[in-house]
Amino acid sequence: MRHRKSGVKLSRTSSHRKAMFRNMVTSLFKHESINTTDVKAKELRKWADSMITLAKRGDLHARRQALSVIKEKDVVHKLFEEAQERFAAISGGYTRITKIGFRAGDAASMSIIELVGPKPAAKTAKKKPAAKAVSASPAPEVKPEVEPEV
Amino acid sequence: MPVPKRKTSKSVGRKRRTHQKTSAPNVSTCSECGEPKEMHRACKACGTYKGRKVIQIDED
Repeated sequence: MRHRKSGVKLSRTSSHRKAMFRNMVTSLFKHESINTTDVKAKELRKWADSMITLAKRGDLHARRQALSVIKEKDVVHKLFEEAQERFAAISGGYTRITKIGFRAGDAASMSIIELVGPKPAAKTAKKKPAAKAVSASPAPEVKPEVEPEV
Repeated sequence: MPVPKRKTSKSVGRKRRTHQKTSAPNVSTCSECGEPKEMHRACKACGTYKGRKVIQIDED
């Protein structure tokens, strides 16, 4: 019986699965949105939500817990900087999944998973890679020319 | 152990398989650009889903 056993196995060993989702959640926070299969995207939500919950708590212990999951330190520190204000109005459900079609090769249903909430100002300009330099960035607001997030 | 007495003829096998069919996918029209799109998926022509830009399409 699989009563109360949540989650997916994805034909992987638990270490393989854990490593994969750690990589994916790192990529998600690094790039704001990633393309993946539906099933992985749905499982990834849990990982992303728990990381953001830690980031909103924001204390040292939370930061260390996040560092033990997310594989890049810079990503953790950036997340902890932004999350407090970015996700202040939201309590859970910090990601959005949109299906985009089927993968060539194995016809797997693919989707885009992205973070909701207003993007920090430095992040919206894709051409400027110097987003990290602005550490104490002033209130992240959506740029006017960018279409508003729904 | 019981076994089939006769080989299944081509005719019988094929008749059985007449009910194995694929069906055409459900298609709706995109509310933004009017192109046909798959249901519950972003439009491949304009890259929107429910009025929101999801994918960057090169031509625009």
